[in-house]
Amino acid sequence: MNIGSYSLLVARPSGQFGWWPRFALGVLAVAALWWAAQGAQVSFGELGKGLPWIGDFLSRMFPPNWAFLDKLWVPAIETVQIAIWGTLLAVIMAVPVCFFAARNLTPNMAVFHFTRQVFNVTRGINEIILALIFVAAVGLGPFPGVLALAVHGAGMLGKFFSESIEEIDQGPIEALRATGAGPVQIIVFGVIPQVITAWIAVVLYRFETNLRQATVLGMVGAGGIGFELVGSMKLFQYQDTATCILVIIVMVMAADYVSTRLRAWIQKGTR
Amino acid sequence: MIQIRGLIKRYGEFEALKGIDLDVAPGEFLVVLGPSGAGKSTLLRCINRLAEPTQGDIRIDGELLKPDSASLRKLRCEVAMIFQHYNVVPRLSVLKNVLTGRLGAMPGLASWLQVFPRKDIAIARECLRRVELEEKAELRTDTLSGGQKQRVGIARALAQQPKIILADEPVASLDPKTSRTVLNYLKQASRDLGITVVCNLHQIDYAREFGERIVGVSAGRVVFEGGPDALSDEVLHRIYPGLDEGEGRISPAPDAAGHGALQTYALEEA
Repeated sequence: MNIGSYSLLVARPSGQFGWWPRFALGVLAVAALWWAAQGAQVSFGELGKGLPWIGDFLSRMFPPNWAFLDKLWVPAIETVQIAIWGTLLAVIMAVPVCFFAARNLTPNMAVFHFTRQVFNVTRGINEIILALIFVAAVGLGPFPGVLALAVHGAGMLGKFFSESIEEIDQGPIEALRATGAGPVQIIVFGVIPQVITAWIAVVLYRFETNLRQATVLGMVGAGGIGFELVGSMKLFQYQDTATCILVIIVMVMAADYVSTRLRAWIQKGTR
Repeated sequence: MIQIRGLIKRYGEFEALKGIDLDVAPGEFLVVLGPSGAGKSTLLRCINRLAEPTQGDIRIDGELLKPDSASLRKLRCEVAMIFQHYNVVPRLSVLKNVLTGRLGAMPGLASWLQVFPRKDIAIARECLRRVELEEKAELRTDTLSGGQKQRVGIARALAQQPKIILADEPVASLDPKTSRTVLNYLKQASRDLGITVVCNLHQIDYAREFGERIVGVSAGRVVFEGGPDALSDEVLHRIYPGLDEGEGRISPAPDAAGHGALQTYALEEA
């Protein structure tokens, strides 16, 4: 088709109906988006009307209350502590189980599917929901936060660990089997050396994610800096809130930076 | 030493071994010669049960394998294997790779914690000395060349102090000069220690050079048995059917015996 001195270079779809099926699909897509916008009450008009309020809120946060920093040190450090133990417990739970969830090592497919499903379930529940459950079970404080991160993280790590086991070179495993080595010896000498760098990288990434999650766990009473954040908002101390948010941003950026550098360093070491 | 009767192995519909009868004498260096896909690998794997035979008997020292896992591990301790792709663990040191040959004879828990009996370490070093790699013992295995990795593979097999070594195309990934070196190490060590070797090869010239006895395998059957001198042109055509026709891939037919080997080599590489 020619438009002035330009040509439209789109091939006519094959099939006897030409463009009509595409047109119908387009209409369907627009209808689906409209339906979703209705349900989610997406409204740019409302956003426009709300803009002055957002401005007002931000102006109340300014300037951040630097004096509040003194009260944030302890919860900030607690957040890091929650992330450390949440990650460690997740590793401890995932490692013994992940071998059963790898196709190439699992004793049989029933065990494989069962462990994979366990990982899926624990991974499927959000940390905040797990934290709510654990707060109800063991009471307020950082420990339910640790448990929430551990359970969700075990599912995540278990999946990653077992997938990296599936990617290893089978040759050395077969060679070890042929020497008469037992199952644990095969794992220690054949599997672990092949997956260890990938595992460390995943664990570092998990720690980074856990630190980010630990900053909000306090909102449901599971310890850490999030508790201060929600508290300051409830008391309308928006300048304190601003300080909290800035501290969280700095912490997350620092964790991101450190773990990225460490992962790069480890991956360089494998070459 | 090894006595195989009526061995059949099927993978689904495909019959890889169609009734193999074979005897291997103690201390013998037996070469199994045949094209890729003839069933040579499957034959070796049935001997140490990396593949479970569909039918037939395999006796080692006159004994059938009992169907429990302790017997299986004992069998594998006594029958070592060397692989085409070396199958060494790349991130472990050379010494530790050789030590893995001792795993079956070691207390489990200590080995999990990387604690090894000194006698086993001494055996591993002795085996490295046999393949002249003792000065590489502390290096990571992935820093070695292909030929050196295969020598580590041989040392690992020797470290098992086995009765039998099964070598599955040990030099198929190596250049001719390195291949001879590696096969020499294998032959020398096995002769010194009185180990029976069953070595799969597809190169006729190495088979002639190293085999004390040669078994020709083609399409899952034994088609020849005899000394290297008996490996005539007629026999080679039995082992490598279609060598003359070249199956349309190789144009000139080999006529002299000397060309036969080269031609087969080309057929393998195609």
